Amino acid sequence: MEIFYKPWPWYIAGPIIGFTVPLLLLIGNKKLGISSTLRQICAACVPANISLFRYDWKKDSWNLFFAGGIAVGGFLGGYVFANPDPVAISQSTTAYLHSFGLTDLTGLMPSELFNWSSLVTLKGFLMMVVGGFMVGFGTRYAKGCTSGHGILGLSALQWPSLIATMSFFLGGILFSHLVLPYILSL
Amino acid sequence: MKNIKYLFIGVVFGLALTKGEAISWYRIQEMFRFESFHMFGIFMTAIPTGALFLFIIKKQKLNTFEGEVVDMPVKKYSHGIVIGSLIFGFGWALTGACPGPLYAQIGSGSWVTGVTLLSAIAGTWTYGLLQNKLPE
Repeated sequence: MEIFYKPWPWYIAGPIIGFTVPLLLLIGNKKLGISSTLRQICAACVPANISLFRYDWKKDSWNLFFAGGIAVGGFLGGYVFANPDPVAISQSTTAYLHSFGLTDLTGLMPSELFNWSSLVTLKGFLMMVVGGFMVGFGTRYAKGCTSGHGILGLSALQWPSLIATMSFFLGGILFSHLVLPYILSL
Repeated sequence: MKNIKYLFIGVVFGLALTKGEAISWYRIQEMFRFESFHMFGIFMTAIPTGALFLFIIKKQKLNTFEGEVVDMPVKKYSHGIVIGSLIFGFGWALTGACPGPLYAQIGSGSWVTGVTLLSAIAGTWTYGLLQNKLPE
């Protein structure tokens, strides 16, 4: 039974993630993309006569089922069959996080940063509320996210998706090295 | 309910994201600091897998299971892709999550990530509001 709780190596998880691209296309001519679900929720709940949200969102509601499935997958993999051991990150990353006073590195994300009471602190507000806002704003501006550009777009050899993916990484790398240390020190 | 099948594919996709630890904030920090191959290994196996099967679909002129012609993905370039992607990269470094992992993190029991998701929805909504005023 222990095998159900173990994390999967990259060479198992990666091909399964990649196989989603042809599977969705063959099953229903659907294109992998998850940031579009954020647009769908806007269109369904608060369209506010904004042109980006005035379309027949129900026609694309497959992706809301897909997103629901991802949550179920997270529940199975991260709760029911959660890995009891901490994520096996490198020693240097562990030392780096320790240097900001993060001692509890269990679970999939640090509970010392991501919890309800830290939401009202500047650090927690920046990490969850501002961070989330940038994810939603940026992915729509970029017309896609890691799945739509990074996996689907690159699989289809689309050069705009290569520019997008390189820019995701450039943004993340710059931010992690130049800005995040100041936020983690708050 | 013809959409149920997408729920099942989502479960497998979400399971791979979660068990592959691609939804882990720690893994994302490690990736942006180039301190492990793990996340790069996921991308470097996912993309060729997708590309290989798309190549086969094209080469064999495969149709969908319902007999439709497969609609190959085409992405158009605009400068907004660069600007938006950089902003998303900042958010990815902060939250440790792209949109897919947000759903998986919530499912794994991190309820507070629901706030991050709501904020992401607000971000998308704000982009929609400002779209005509922003450089495309």
